[in-house]
Amino acid sequence: MILDDFLVRAALAGLGVALAAAPLGSFVVWRRMAYFGDATAHAAILGVALALAFDASVFVGALVMSLMMASAVSTLSGRGFAMDTLLGVLAHSALAFGLVGVSFLSGVRLDLMAYLFGDILAVSRGDLAVIWGGAAGVVALLVWRWQALLTATLSPDLAWSEGIDPRREQMVLTLALALVVAVAIKVVGVLLIAAMLIVPAAAARPLSATPERMALIATVIAGAAALGGLAASFRLDTPTGPTIVCVAALIFALTMTGHSLSRIIGNNR
Amino acid sequence: MPLIAATGLSVRLGRAEVLHDVSLSLEPGEIVTIVGPNGSGKSTLLRALIGAVPVSRGHVRRAPGLRIGYVPQRLHIDPTLPMTVMRFLALPRRRAASDLRAALDRAGLPDLRHRQMADLSGGQFQRVLLARALMDSPDLLILDEATQGLDQPGSAAFYRRIEEVRQEMGCAVLMVSHELHVVMSASDRVICLNGHVCCEGRPEIVAQAEEYRALFGTGTHGALALYRHEHGHSHDHDHDHDHDHNHDHSHEAAE
Repeated sequence: MILDDFLVRAALAGLGVALAAAPLGSFVVWRRMAYFGDATAHAAILGVALALAFDASVFVGALVMSLMMASAVSTLSGRGFAMDTLLGVLAHSALAFGLVGVSFLSGVRLDLMAYLFGDILAVSRGDLAVIWGGAAGVVALLVWRWQALLTATLSPDLAWSEGIDPRREQMVLTLALALVVAVAIKVVGVLLIAAMLIVPAAAARPLSATPERMALIATVIAGAAALGGLAASFRLDTPTGPTIVCVAALIFALTMTGHSLSRIIGNNR
Repeated sequence: MPLIAATGLSVRLGRAEVLHDVSLSLEPGEIVTIVGPNGSGKSTLLRALIGAVPVSRGHVRRAPGLRIGYVPQRLHIDPTLPMTVMRFLALPRRRAASDLRAALDRAGLPDLRHRQMADLSGGQFQRVLLARALMDSPDLLILDEATQGLDQPGSAAFYRRIEEVRQEMGCAVLMVSHELHVVMSASDRVICLNGHVCCEGRPEIVAQAEEYRALFGTGTHGALALYRHEHGHSHDHDHDHDHDHNHDHSHEAAE
């Protein structure tokens, strides 16, 4: 069967993550939540440590911890804290506590790298089911709430006037973010999840005239980066997660320079 | 029955009580303007009416099924968010392309469909905001200093458009304005706000009220003098209606 090939499984895992991360990443970019994504992702390593300690599912552990972190940050953000400082404190302390927590567990020291940078080549059929299940959940959430999310992103007051509660939409994004983090750990690892959210969306920006187009193009770019990164890492014998992000970053550089060039040409005409 | 009625409304933002015991109601089809100095709670009042800020005392009652069209004071669209005019009009409800085109034609902006919102001039931007608020044929149009940043011809044109809209659609209009001359000429009723309702009524009556003059000008001329002055000449003044400025105007008008 085709899923017996680890490369096929890896490719499907990468595409699943791309499908969920890119549209959500567009919102992360529009709402300036980049650091928020980082904090959530870093909290996941603490979840991994706890899950390993209690012999629970790593996916569930990561999901619960990221959900807690994301809701904590969401709640605090409405209360006038200096957000960048707060997020910096939370993101890095979650990471540090997670790393310390993992060090208490015997036998997972080697595994740690897999959670920090992902281990896409070791994706099992079960992982694949979790990744695609989670990705489908995220996409369904975003499609369902799309109009309300966009309105709340443009202006909370505008949302209120239309009977949309922006706090509820923020919670939808929080939930989606936790899901993406939980499914992406295996593929790119906690340190680079934020990159999978932001880089494809940022690369899609110059090519897009509407939010939908941006989300769509970001998804295509993320998918291409996943497949391209997988192929490159196979040839160059490099770690796969970081290679995927490198390819995404190269695409970003390409679209940005292309955009600047076309602008210059346009201005000279 | 009124479209919307606030009774004994108080709003706290942080520790400060921004609004205290404010009551107001709007009947179908009337244009009501809220005036008041900076920090008098004008925007907060509008935001409380649309439900965007929690009310600490009192309550807001809306007629069942009331449709509100809201035009915010300013709308910052993040540069990372691509947004064409057509796409913006279809928020938060998707519309048929023909409806969107018709709305832009009515707003007098038929050529801007595929323009990015970020590339519009201030006046065009405000017209698009207004067109979006009108997509649902609202019963009540709420505008929060919608002409801020527009030059005088621009804001005059904008207010003419609002009067047209009221005539075409028969909606009530509740707006906040700094521009007293507009208030005086275009409103059925004026509410003078300074944390509480200082005075309210027909514009010419409010202009004579002690409380109003205490806030906006002294002497016999006040805002009505300003109003005549504005219509007599067409200088491009900076309409910054602080107390002293008004004073100057009324002197000029008296000369």
